[in-house]
Amino acid sequence: MSIRKRKQDRKTENESLSGLNRREFLKTAIATGVFATGSGLITSCSSQTLVRQAEVKYGTDEFTFAYISDSHLLARGREHRFAKSLIKAVEDVNALEPQPDFVLYGGDLAQLGLKEELSLGKEIIAGVKPKLYMMVGEHDWYFDMGEVWREYFGKPTYSFDHKGIHFIVLNSVVVEDYWSKPKMTPMERMLFMAQLDNPKGRPFTVGKEQCKWLSNDLSAINKNTPIIVFSHSPLYKLYKAWNFWTDDAEEVQELLSTFKAVTVIHGHTHQALTNKIRNITFHGMMSTAWPWPYAPEGIPKLTVQMDRPDPFNQFDGTGWGIVDTLHDGNVNKTYKLWDRNPMIVSYDKVSTGRGLVPGPSY
Amino acid sequence: MKTTHKMFMGLIAILMMYAASVNADNNSATNVSNVIQQSNEQSVQIVTACDGKKKVIVEGYKEGEPMPEQKAREVAKLLTALMGYCEEEITAKIPETEIAIQLSINGDPFISVTAIEELPLVLVHGGKPHTEREKRIWAAELNRMIDTGYKIFHDPTLGTNGISCDMCHPNASNTHPETYPKFQTQTKKAALLRDMINWCIENPQEGKKLSDDDPRMKALEAYIISERTGVILEPGKH
Ligand code: HEC
Repeated sequence: MSIRKRKQDRKTENESLSGLNRREFLKTAIATGVFATGSGLITSCSSQTLVRQAEVKYGTDEFTFAYISDSHLLARGREHRFAKSLIKAVEDVNALEPQPDFVLYGGDLAQLGLKEELSLGKEIIAGVKPKLYMMVGEHDWYFDMGEVWREYFGKPTYSFDHKGIHFIVLNSVVVEDYWSKPKMTPMERMLFMAQLDNPKGRPFTVGKEQCKWLSNDLSAINKNTPIIVFSHSPLYKLYKAWNFWTDDAEEVQELLSTFKAVTVIHGHTHQALTNKIRNITFHGMMSTAWPWPYAPEGIPKLTVQMDRPDPFNQFDGTGWGIVDTLHDGNVNKTYKLWDRNPMIVSYDKVSTGRGLVPGPSY
Repeated sequence: MKTTHKMFMGLIAILMMYAASVNADNNSATNVSNVIQQSNEQSVQIVTACDGKKKVIVEGYKEGEPMPEQKAREVAKLLTALMGYCEEEITAKIPETEIAIQLSINGDPFISVTAIEELPLVLVHGGKPHTEREKRIWAAELNRMIDTGYKIFHDPTLGTNGISCDMCHPNASNTHPETYPKFQTQTKKAALLRDMINWCIENPQEGKKLSDDDPRMKALEAYIISERTGVILEPGKH
């Protein structure tokens, strides 16, 4: 086992045991490193260390970004419980020390896509100190087909590069037109979409247009460049009845299949979810508003489920999260659960399947 | 009472002697051969009564073969009971080994009863079995209650903050009606499903709780329970 791996393991343990912040952890890790050298462990695997160092030279910088997602704000002011939760998440992110490189908002800022909801959300989310990237969810979109959202936040589909990683933000909540024929009002269209257990619900897609855009976007990217994709719905098929699902997931996965390190981070599911399909690792995001029960079927094997939330605690089973990128471009994902220990899903655990056992308190 | 008793004794006597047909029904012979064909040469005896409207098929005994007294009593008792419903056309099958009796009423498919005493239950409504129409009406009435519950569950009006049950409980998931009554650790009391429904109305939805006999509470319970069809009841489970 390499020193680097051991350090990561320790980091995992340390953070989950006492919630150390990153700076404190670094101190601990350095201290542990010194200890390891003292006991002569470095010498026994020095050649590996050299190899690692060589890799570092060509790899990406390690950095941290945070996410907040699925706040489902209603036009009921800052005192409403969902608004309070989003404010809490913004405060928590701002208290991170050191600050994350940026914050990704994972979609469903609003509940019914209303201008008042999106305005309230914009006002609260503008409070995050790091740079903010926005992603759209179905609740933001289906009242006015994204008009206000685009006015406030710009294009829903885009990409950017950060410290050697290529980031892609998709609008994965495209569905076929169900509203024109029955002449639905904008609010009827929104409510139809907002109901998770709607028996007539339509499956999410990325759609032909965006797939074309994606394929074009990726054509300029070196295959060794790590890719991180943000999508609101999981880019795989989990449970169709609740739209924990993207209907053309396979096509998107195929477009990403030739890259070395690919991570998809999705919202919508309001729960801890881990999956791996060929070269792609998938992580869910927490909701700030409420946790969803796990689907009755389709939960990926790698997923360690959270405990059932305590209904008597408004903040239980909800939260936000951070993502630590590794030098090879893969990521360790941390669910920051309010009133519980953080839940860490390291790349090491995902790729080996080892250590994925339910924790005592998440 | 006395006449029935006499007839009953008489039936047993006849059955024990030849037991092909008690009744002067001319068609009984054809009936017998039909059944013999249907049952693939399996040996059966057919006893008819009430102008051929009542028929008891006794499996395991060839035509004309005498039955042991106990079997004959069983057949006689059944026929007597059936004759209490003279309007209906009833075919009863007494299997050779099973305890259950198979009944077909007015040509409907056979159903099982374990004792002759169950006959009145099968033949409710003045001796008529449930018709398809009745069953449709009952289902519609039940569905109306469930649908009302579905609507309330998917509507924020129970609360004051725009939140509805389905937002946190799609398909009523994690409401676990099958675990009630149970001790609710947070309130330190044994609770019924409706207590927890009221808890979620008052807390996440910031609404006013419903009284136990409120039709909306009944409808909510109906919907929540209907979503858990087939799940085993485990009161007290955490
Ligand atoms: C904001 C989210 C939220 C809303 C809205 C909500 N609940 Fe709950 N409810 C919860 C959570 C969380 C639990 C705990 C779930 C668990 O035990 O797994 C719970 C538990 C329950 C339980 C008990 C479940 C058990 O396992 O014992 C019932 C029953 C229930 N809710 C019914 C309702 C009804 C009916 C409504 C609408 C009037 C409603 N809830 C609205 C979040 C919510």
